[in-house]
Amino acid sequence: MRPPIDLALSRITKVYPGVVALQHVSLNIRGGEIVGLIGENGAGKSTLMKVLGGTIAPDGGAIAIDGESYDALTPSEATTHGIAFVHQELNTFANIDVAGNILLGREVASSAFRLLDQQAMTREVRPILDLLGARFRPVDSVADLSLAEQQILEIAKALSMKARLVIFDEPTSSLTLSETERLLDVMRQLKADGVAVLFISHRLPEIESVVDRAIVLRDGKNAGELARDEITKDRMVEMMIGRNIGRNKHHHVPARSEPALRIVGVKTDAYPSIPVDLTLYAGEILGLAGLVGAGRSELARAVFGVDARHAGEVTLNGESLAPNSVAASIEAGLCLVPENRKEEGLILDFAVLDNISLPNLGKLRQGWFVDRRAEARLGAVSTEMLAIKASTLQGAVSSLSGGNQQKVVLAKWLATDPKVIIMDEPTRGIDVGAKGEVYSLMRSLADRGVAILMISSDMEEVIGVSDRVAVMSAGRVTGILPPEDLTEQNILRLAVG
Amino acid sequence: MQKKDIGLAILVLTVAAAVAALNPRFLSPINLANTANLIGLFGLFSIAEAFVIVTAGIELSVGSVIALLGVLFVDMIVNQGIPWPIAMVVVLVLGAVIGLLHGLLVTRLKLQPFVVTLCGLLIYRGIARFYTADGTAGFSFGDEFPWLEWLVSGRTSGVPHSIIAFSVVAAFSWLLLHRTVFGRHLYAVGKNEEAARFSGIKTTRVIIAAYIICAVLTALSAIFFAMYTRSIHPASHGNFYELYAIAAAVLGGFSLRGGEGSIVGVVLGVILLQVLQNLVNLLGIPSSLNFAVMGGVILIGVIADTQFARYRSARRQAAALASLRTIAGTRAD
Repeated sequence: MRPPIDLALSRITKVYPGVVALQHVSLNIRGGEIVGLIGENGAGKSTLMKVLGGTIAPDGGAIAIDGESYDALTPSEATTHGIAFVHQELNTFANIDVAGNILLGREVASSAFRLLDQQAMTREVRPILDLLGARFRPVDSVADLSLAEQQILEIAKALSMKARLVIFDEPTSSLTLSETERLLDVMRQLKADGVAVLFISHRLPEIESVVDRAIVLRDGKNAGELARDEITKDRMVEMMIGRNIGRNKHHHVPARSEPALRIVGVKTDAYPSIPVDLTLYAGEILGLAGLVGAGRSELARAVFGVDARHAGEVTLNGESLAPNSVAASIEAGLCLVPENRKEEGLILDFAVLDNISLPNLGKLRQGWFVDRRAEARLGAVSTEMLAIKASTLQGAVSSLSGGNQQKVVLAKWLATDPKVIIMDEPTRGIDVGAKGEVYSLMRSLADRGVAILMISSDMEEVIGVSDRVAVMSAGRVTGILPPEDLTEQNILRLAVG
Repeated sequence: MQKKDIGLAILVLTVAAAVAALNPRFLSPINLANTANLIGLFGLFSIAEAFVIVTAGIELSVGSVIALLGVLFVDMIVNQGIPWPIAMVVVLVLGAVIGLLHGLLVTRLKLQPFVVTLCGLLIYRGIARFYTADGTAGFSFGDEFPWLEWLVSGRTSGVPHSIIAFSVVAAFSWLLLHRTVFGRHLYAVGKNEEAARFSGIKTTRVIIAAYIICAVLTALSAIFFAMYTRSIHPASHGNFYELYAIAAAVLGGFSLRGGEGSIVGVVLGVILLQVLQNLVNLLGIPSSLNFAVMGGVILIGVIADTQFARYRSARRQAAALASLRTIAGTRAD
């Protein structure tokens, strides 16, 4: 074992055009301790981790490892010092066995023909797996391992590189309860062996149960630190928020006439055993908040019909919606502005006009043919209404800015004359100006009686734009907040479950 | 017409002009009619292939289907005494069934198009050979089908009917791909199936339809080839035709990743390949080099196309940069 690490980040600053991602952030950690790093989405955790991993260079501050000081690390320096990551997304190869995965790129080979030396690889890997208490063998197929076991495999990989600091980035968001327990045990084991563990998680109960101290980030700054005996869920939530977001003056409770969209007992692929109920009224914007992995997008996809709906009923203005049929949903007046603009929302190489007309061809047809004049008219009307900045509607939509691309997605759906719109992260990756335009468009649609379900992980957006907010956690709707209770604190409390 | 098509048209004309200059017989009515006939015959199944390629799929069983359905067609009208119009309908329906089968395997069982149609290639060829006991299916002396022969392999004032059929199919395909709702859906599914699904397009149906269109056009082409060769040796009839079709489509600007290409392009691709074949014959190049010439030209064409595209985008970028600098310059003044 290598000597324990002593790492200190001091006054790290990172500025992106228009955004200060990190401002004088400090963090220190030594071998043999578990430190929690918490903060809301966008608090700067991932940027800080990229600084540690050497993938981005900070604009200010210093990194000291075992007394050696750096302005910035390179990825290979980070590895040499024994910094390793275990990400939420797994990087395992199902077609290579356990030992091969752990030693990928560092395979043990015979000197003569570079043949793989399976036995030597097994010998090298076995003590690491024993240390982690793994219940699988070096020769096992990775395809047969559970998610948690694959995560342990990733940890083994980190240890095989003589890691002295293992950073866990949201490792538990896709694990079951007992798997999570095992992972936390592994962390304790690492700590006992003198390894430093940095644990990033949204799940505060886990932080509470395992860390020695917790460092809180907020808006790219240090918001404080909690020692072992100070850690409580309330203290952590309080520190993560630390500010009061001004309430939106728009908030008005629309007259509850008939529900526009009614979701009853719907089960999704992600949480097949949990039925979800949700009701959306005409003329309101219902925010749907929750942490990543809470099952919000999955719910939207199942309701819209892109993914299988396993049970339950969806009614739109009283009429039952056929399951698993996007065409039927659009016909009935439901549409989904998907989370993933570039893959699901648009065909990037297609012209702006072709993208807008795609779900509307049913209305734009003359017999078999596309009525190209009507199509051009639709394009002109849409670009004018949404102020889409495109030099020509015949150009590929990929050449537009993010904000204009999102407007094209909105244009294509608004042309279907929807009664209910589900928007999944409608302003992700677009600039502030375009955000404002999207918000005012949403409000004017709501004023005209359209019901909008807005999934968003941006707390300011959720509170600023919504009339009511439903919160999901681990597949369940844990609460619905009326306008008077719309505070960040209330939302976060429901979201962490 | 797209820019790509214009480039290809220029290439076709250049090659044709060069051949004509080197050997004036290229422009003789007999040679032109023969070449036109071949363009018609090979064009039918090349357009068929294009429908599948645009969905990001591939159809490798074209040649085998031409052999199998050709054998069945000849057998029906010669040996079974079935009236030829009925035999024709039967062959077209069989084509549709084959297409449906391929489409279902690709969409419902999520098999890779390459694998499905490779198996088709082997299976249909094997059945064709078994059916004739590896013999030849053909017409005996005295078998006469004057109407059928006139319709399929006849000429009207010197113009072979095969190229007329090809022109009609090409025109309809152009309308279908470039002007109908279905055509738009085909391109959308080929380019980004996920986004197409999110837009309410029934992607499964669209893909199955593409395979059916492809197989029916291939069946039509099988009838033309049966009447053209008049004797079908199932072990070699139609060999490599699928590769010929893919080559024509790729030359015509179709991307094997789907969602790109035009009917004008594939038509020009077919013409170019036939003119090249003609070039080999007329210029006295050993006919054994036939495939090598074709392969070389396609490779050069594809390289030129990508290089030209890179050059164009570099120029666009340089222009954009220059205009930015001008703006910056005027601001600084």
